[in-house]
Amino acid sequence: MKHLPVMNQAADPGESACSRRQFASIAAAAAAGFLLTACGPRRLREMPKARLRQALDEMEREYAAKRGMAVQVADTPPMPDVLFGYALDLSRCIGCRRCVYACVEENNLSRDPQLHWIRVLQMEKEKGVDFRHADPYYAPAEVPEEGHFYVPVACQQCRNAPCVKTCPTGATWMEPDGIVVIDYDWCIGCRCCMAACPYGARHFNWAEPRIPAGELNPATHYLGNRPRPNGVVEKCTFCIQRVRKGRYPACVEVCPVGARKFGNLLDKDSEIRYIIENKRVLVLKQELNTLPKFFYFYAT
Amino acid sequence: MKRLALPGVLLVALAALALEDAPPSKPIPTPPPRAGAGGGEEHPEVPPPPFSEGIFPCSGCHADMKVNRTRRPLTEMHDDITLRHDEEHRWCLDCHDANDRDWLHLASGERVPFEESYRLCGQCHGEKLRDWRAGVHGRRTGDWNGHKRYLLCAHCHNPHKPRFQALEPKPAPLPPRRPGSEP
Repeated sequence: MKHLPVMNQAADPGESACSRRQFASIAAAAAAGFLLTACGPRRLREMPKARLRQALDEMEREYAAKRGMAVQVADTPPMPDVLFGYALDLSRCIGCRRCVYACVEENNLSRDPQLHWIRVLQMEKEKGVDFRHADPYYAPAEVPEEGHFYVPVACQQCRNAPCVKTCPTGATWMEPDGIVVIDYDWCIGCRCCMAACPYGARHFNWAEPRIPAGELNPATHYLGNRPRPNGVVEKCTFCIQRVRKGRYPACVEVCPVGARKFGNLLDKDSEIRYIIENKRVLVLKQELNTLPKFFYFYAT
Repeated sequence: MKRLALPGVLLVALAALALEDAPPSKPIPTPPPRAGAGGGEEHPEVPPPPFSEGIFPCSGCHADMKVNRTRRPLTEMHDDITLRHDEEHRWCLDCHDANDRDWLHLASGERVPFEESYRLCGQCHGEKLRDWRAGVHGRRTGDWNGHKRYLLCAHCHNPHKPRFQALEPKPAPLPPRRPGSEP
């Protein structure tokens, strides 16, 4: 009757205990899991440089065979002393959606089923920034419409990112330059990150992404715009393939009103710092403490 | 408190500026737009001013014409221009130089080439000029940490009708549908 007290303890909801058998099986499972992880495929970010290049070469061959054109998959690393930040001028945006489609082309987003990383919300000036009254489907002959303003929303590149915290496989993380990225090979498509994201910035490939022949942007980055498979989540990466080479993101360059601003938060002479120090700046859903690096401001 | 204090501080500062022994009204040399982050010394590139085709140089026609300084509606030429830019108070020769037609001029009389028209705009729109120099007003293309391309005010704002023109928006996103179902 020696084990009887143990049984009693286990039945007690306040106590946790397990039998030797349970312990052994959990330990065995843990060991097996560890072995599988250690010997199995590795996350791209954990690969040694040479092995990563090899993996990317394989990707390039795969994409080239599939698309019938040369595709480069770069592994441009983050620059030292750079933390990317973005600012969008709400007093200028006219809601023309040029950014949405520039992003689609630059980042190889699926045309059918349609996927957009940027969603432009039309809001009423009377109601202010209010997501309950936001309309992404506005389609007048001309914008801006009287009495309305426009809030384009994409990934807010949070410093305290709920999506990163919730990912069960470690397939998404924040890079040293502040870009929250996804390893499409490690994404299992559970969409926990989508549920966690308060901005609706993550998008799931419900079907094989389709891009018409000749419209693929062949300059890709392995953490950004390389072609995605079916069943993974994707999102804005500040155009990682461009910004790590010093260029502006595609949406910044296309914006006809110059509402989109981009730069290095650690550089006190940058445009983005000028905005934060001199303009009225807000972040979306500040109360959630996600600490976005995407700022909205009013230049006037 | 701060709100009340600020105008006072400004007044004092302005008074101090006014009392200061100001140098004779020499035009203040305008530094080129700031190159911004990283790049530093390199000046941003500005494309040529957006002239209507065949209109420049203005002296092509105006060189032999007598200057008529009377404010009047234009009928023989340039009648396609409707001035919607403080039209009650200004007209052509407030910005265009009457003596040297290929130039603009500031309120001070200083001549300004069309390539530096932002100095003319900045006389009234000073805070926009300041933001433009900082890279905050207007579109930038190129490199965020190096060579940037700026636009002149006139590339986006027609100087005679500067309000930004409405645009046709790109198509709205498709509403969500179930996978496999008909669109």
